[in-house]
Amino acid sequence: MNEIEVKNVSFTYPGDETNPPVRALDGVTLEIEKGSFTVILGHNGSGKSTLARIICMIDSPEYGSVVIDGRDMTAEDVTDKDVLDARRKVGMVFQNPDNQIVATIVEEDVAFGCENLGVPSDEIRRRVDEALETVGMTKYARHAPHKLSGGQKQRVAIAGVIAMRRECIIFDESTAMLDPMGRREVLETIDRLNEDGITVVLITHYMEEATRADKVYVLNEGRVLTSGTPSEVFSDPETLWKASLDVPQTTELLYKLKQRGLDVPLDVFDPEKCAKVIRDALKKKKAENGG
Amino acid sequence: MAVVELRGINYIYNKNTPYEVHALKDIDLEVKEGEITGIIGHTGSGKSTLVQLINGILKPTEGQVFVDGSDIWKEPKKIREVRFKAGVVMQYPEYQLFAETVFDDIAFGPKNMGLSEEEIKSRVIAASSFANVSPDLMNRSPFDLSGGQKRRVALAGVIAMDPKVLILDEPAAGLDPGGRADILGGLKKYQREKGTSVIIVSHSMEDMANWCDRILVLADGKIILDGTPDKVFSRFNDLIGLGLDVPQITRVAAALARRGVDLGDVYTVGYAADKISELF
Amino acid sequence: MKMDITFGQYVEGNSILHRLDPRAKLIIAILYVVAIFLANNVCSFALIVASAVLITVLSGISPRIIGRGIRPVLILIVFTAVINIFFVRGDHPLVSFYFIHIYREGLVNAAFIIIRIVVLIVCTSLFLTYTTTPIALTDGLEQLLAPLAKIKVPVHEFSMMMTIALRFIPTLIEETEKIMNAQKARGADFSSGGLIKRARALIPVLIPLFISAFRRASDLATAMECRCYTGGKGRTRMNVLRAGVKDFVFLFGVVALGAGVVLLNKFAGGYRFGLY
Repeated sequence: MNEIEVKNVSFTYPGDETNPPVRALDGVTLEIEKGSFTVILGHNGSGKSTLARIICMIDSPEYGSVVIDGRDMTAEDVTDKDVLDARRKVGMVFQNPDNQIVATIVEEDVAFGCENLGVPSDEIRRRVDEALETVGMTKYARHAPHKLSGGQKQRVAIAGVIAMRRECIIFDESTAMLDPMGRREVLETIDRLNEDGITVVLITHYMEEATRADKVYVLNEGRVLTSGTPSEVFSDPETLWKASLDVPQTTELLYKLKQRGLDVPLDVFDPEKCAKVIRDALKKKKAENGG
Repeated sequence: MAVVELRGINYIYNKNTPYEVHALKDIDLEVKEGEITGIIGHTGSGKSTLVQLINGILKPTEGQVFVDGSDIWKEPKKIREVRFKAGVVMQYPEYQLFAETVFDDIAFGPKNMGLSEEEIKSRVIAASSFANVSPDLMNRSPFDLSGGQKRRVALAGVIAMDPKVLILDEPAAGLDPGGRADILGGLKKYQREKGTSVIIVSHSMEDMANWCDRILVLADGKIILDGTPDKVFSRFNDLIGLGLDVPQITRVAAALARRGVDLGDVYTVGYAADKISELF
Repeated sequence: MKMDITFGQYVEGNSILHRLDPRAKLIIAILYVVAIFLANNVCSFALIVASAVLITVLSGISPRIIGRGIRPVLILIVFTAVINIFFVRGDHPLVSFYFIHIYREGLVNAAFIIIRIVVLIVCTSLFLTYTTTPIALTDGLEQLLAPLAKIKVPVHEFSMMMTIALRFIPTLIEETEKIMNAQKARGADFSSGGLIKRARALIPVLIPLFISAFRRASDLATAMECRCYTGGKGRTRMNVLRAGVKDFVFLFGVVALGAGVVLLNKFAGGYRFGLY
């Protein structure tokens, strides 16, 4: 069962006197299964954020269709209520942690979405406490958001999304502006949400973040360049390099060794396992040379 | 000769208030001419304070700052001149762009220095070429550019002041791998051709390992490690203990060493691949 | 490591005044102001002063902080006092020197005016700013004015705007500081030259600041839309304001104060305050 289906979607940003129109998406098709962890990779300007905006119905596609939980959101008979229903299912966490927090107190911000949905007060209270617990921010419930670190702010934003009981969360480069500690906090939270059954779509240009996915889509110049499991995608570093992306350092190392004739697989991302396959390959090579 | 020298620096925010923070503690530091120095540390370690001390945005609570051999606070009225010698590119510098054209924005610094029109023009052209800003962007509005282009224009704006030392706070933050290589590669080229000293403050261990001659690790307002990248990354257990990351490749090398394959101190993929190749 | 930015003048605390319902505090403050202006003789003024002392004690806020709040209007106080002393004519001259005539009525009036302004400022700020966070105040105002929404007054929208403004003021202050530092690093000079030169020096700060504020506004609008915000209709609140016994006790208290003032005005003697 698919949470989101994007079918052959195109989108062009209109130009003005000084700027020509920009075709941001050009026939993108992808499927996101319920409960899965999908990563969308692409360099800046590859169209990945436009895609997020289209899935969240902030922009509508020029061509093609977007289906959320079985309902075609691009059909002609879509009402405001349908859009609201879809937004109850699919939430989004943005890049800049500062620009998505509305209230002056953490718990008030987490409650914001539920308040919009008209959830009764005591139910909101319960959900807010639960959501803050999930992201580990209970201690900061009464704090002012502007005094939190970037990672903490993003966790507040995530709590706001989960308090609305959404099935799917799209993270639009939500880790890009964070320091390593903040990134780790947020990624750990995302992993936990996915384990709890929430569909996760993570948009990023950090390769290490992609290794945890069930499925990776690589976007380049508005098209899907390649897709598959992380192992499949990263076993072809040349393609990624062409799209001005990197591969994890482990893959790069294994790729270089393989080119020089060492028999190693490319799809090992954990440093320990990587060391192990190299050692094994070296042993094997020695045995061959010796024998 | 040292282009930047800090002697006995202490910096305390909001001194004598309940919000007092001792951001830097007894820092002694010399940055040699023509080196790329990396400063690593996580948020709150005092990195940004250090940068603002070097170009006189902040005044040390205690201690002296020397830039190009002279004490910058000897004549507080002339502090503006220090900023031309120690050029700072702040974090997310694209947000400081303001002028109508790219040219005018890059020319802002040189104009403040009181240079002649011709001198300004030649500096802007030279700086844009170092920062990879293409000449046909000169008459465009900086607000029409892409994120990466804006970042490079902001960088050119500081390079155009022709500083003795160029200091960058997270120059590659938020950029994709292509954009990172553009900026950092451009800096390396600039440093080689002009011989300017460069100080880069960053979280990214991979980038620092690739581009720096020397790395300082800051934690809790103190310099706790100082040396060449291989020396610093060889202490990777300490770095992890500080909540910092080491390059993934260094972790692989450490795991290999535990399995009896010792590659020595490794922090770049190319070097690791060469070392392993020697073994077969 | 930034300066601790607190705006408004909220003083952390848990006194009974802090715990009152913000709606009650708004009404009390208005009634209190009326009571202050009703007072017109020594006895009723004494009652007002006594009540102000009582409120100050109940708030648990140190007189030093309260004193700080009066400082900005000191000039106004002195000015009106001086005008009263020198220009009020009465029947009891005290000093007569060339064109300067000071009457006892003038002095009394000046004293009354000083008391009036000081009490006004102390008590409204004790009820509204010192013991109530700006956000609670906004909430209280929204709920008090909610009936106006029926006649198409955008009460919810107004309060949402207030909330967002309060949320972003510290962020924008921080941003201003950052941009100023960045331009200083490029040699901008904000502290020398005349007024015009200084104003011009701010252009490189203001333009990026405005652009960033617009970007933030548009980001925030998108984020709010994604969080199903569609305006005030059908919205619920997590924290519903509930007025309790103490709120009614205070309301009763301030009404009683007003009644006391009126009675004392009528039946007690002593110096009267008025325009002679």
